[in-house]
Amino acid sequence: MKAVILFHSTNHAIWAENELKESKILCKMISVPRHLSSDCGYCVQIDADDGEKASSILNAKNIEFDNIENYEGE
Amino acid sequence: MLKDKIKSGVIYLDNAATSFPKPECVIDAVVNYMTQIGANPGRSGHKLSIEAGQIVFKVRESIAALFKIKNPMNVIFTSNATEALNIAIKGIMQEGDHVITTSMEHNSTIRPLHELEKEALISLAIVQADRNGIIDPKKIKEAITVRTKSVVVNHASNVLGCIQPIREIGKICKENGVIFIVDCAQSAGVVPIDINRDNIGILAFAGHKGLYGPTGTGGMVIADDFDHKKIKPLKYGGTGSLSDKIEQPDFLPDRFESGTLNVAGLSGLLAGSQYIQKKPGGIKGIYLHKNELQKYFIKQAEMQIPGFTCYSSSNLPSVGVIAFRLNNISVSDVAQILSDKYEIMCRQGLHCSPLAHQTIGTFPEGTLRFGFGIFNTKEEIDTAVHALKSISEGN
Ligand SMILES: Cc1ncc(COP(=O)(O)O)c(C=O)c1O
Repeated sequence: MKAVILFHSTNHAIWAENELKESKILCKMISVPRHLSSDCGYCVQIDADDGEKASSILNAKNIEFDNIENYEGE
Repeated sequence: MLKDKIKSGVIYLDNAATSFPKPECVIDAVVNYMTQIGANPGRSGHKLSIEAGQIVFKVRESIAALFKIKNPMNVIFTSNATEALNIAIKGIMQEGDHVITTSMEHNSTIRPLHELEKEALISLAIVQADRNGIIDPKKIKEAITVRTKSVVVNHASNVLGCIQPIREIGKICKENGVIFIVDCAQSAGVVPIDINRDNIGILAFAGHKGLYGPTGTGGMVIADDFDHKKIKPLKYGGTGSLSDKIEQPDFLPDRFESGTLNVAGLSGLLAGSQYIQKKPGGIKGIYLHKNELQKYFIKQAEMQIPGFTCYSSSNLPSVGVIAFRLNNISVSDVAQILSDKYEIMCRQGLHCSPLAHQTIGTFPEGTLRFGFGIFNTKEEIDTAVHALKSISEGN
């Protein structure tokens, strides 16, 4: 199962991706799946199992994000 | 080879207006973006848009490191220092506010302030610098009233090159709950700046001067602990975020970054900012180099050129900007001859700073100005001194 971390700004999404990569969390920038948000832009896709870890890394760095949603992506 | 394409055979001493030449890595970075990436950052989800977004993020990080702020999102990109100063000044001041500024300001500060004063929105106090262009922090303190909202100071003079004691002024602002806005157009990349330790609330920088980015780059940096919601945006529009709402986002940097950024320029700014920060000796080395050139020029000119009058002090720390005149020859004639006959580029006149020239007694004629850059050498100064000597002697 995958999860996506949603941000209110693509600036934060890129910042988050860099920090997560640095912490060796597998992640990828993807377009925001339309059913999750009506917003344009991108989000960070991770393994659903890494959700908690990712969230604590982002919180520690004060990188604001909206939420983490599990989703049946490929 | 790009290098072969960079103009040679001229002596460029107008680095205070914009730096030239740029390091080769800056040109390569612009070309790389223009040929390999090209996309709009933060708008679409495709690979190239993300790559463009990565560049923009990296410049934010690099600028944040330069000014020692923690949150890269507090770096807002604008098209130049003027735009950043306008956002800060017009975005902060409200009806009835009192603002303190100095007689060394550039028009990019004094004009928006004057405009607000003319509209009777604010009252303005202009603190007078001494003949060397230095502001006494005590005078700032004395000018503070219960209505003072902000103090706006030009860190390094674009006329004289002198550097203001911003840490002391900032301390006074902090103690009095006044917002300290600093114009770092001439000092960024030359004088180490630490937003927190210098007690700065907001600073404006030019990307195209001491940071060696292309023209059309600059920005505003907001201190980590400053409530950015106190600043009203100048521009509203598309940000690539909250697209379902017609409300302007209130978070950084989106609140102030409507419209597509100058990514070609920012690609170059990233390379320039990294270049100066990684240079052996770093920013301090650049500062020392410029001071050495400044002292060398003044000494050689005073020894060799009859009728040379210098307005910049060689005893004061400087960002490598020097104001001078040749007696009895108009500054415009000298600049024209330097350009036409000697291929030496410099600036003459008032340098967008009428108050500064009034301060040093050179208004309205102005002065000649040399602004040294990281690539200038003592040999070039020798050539310039020789040329000025010939002009002064009427040859
Ligand atoms: C002290 C000072 N402030 C502001 C500016 C304006 O910079 P920009 O041309 O990037 O708007 C300049 C440069 O011209 C300057 O020297």
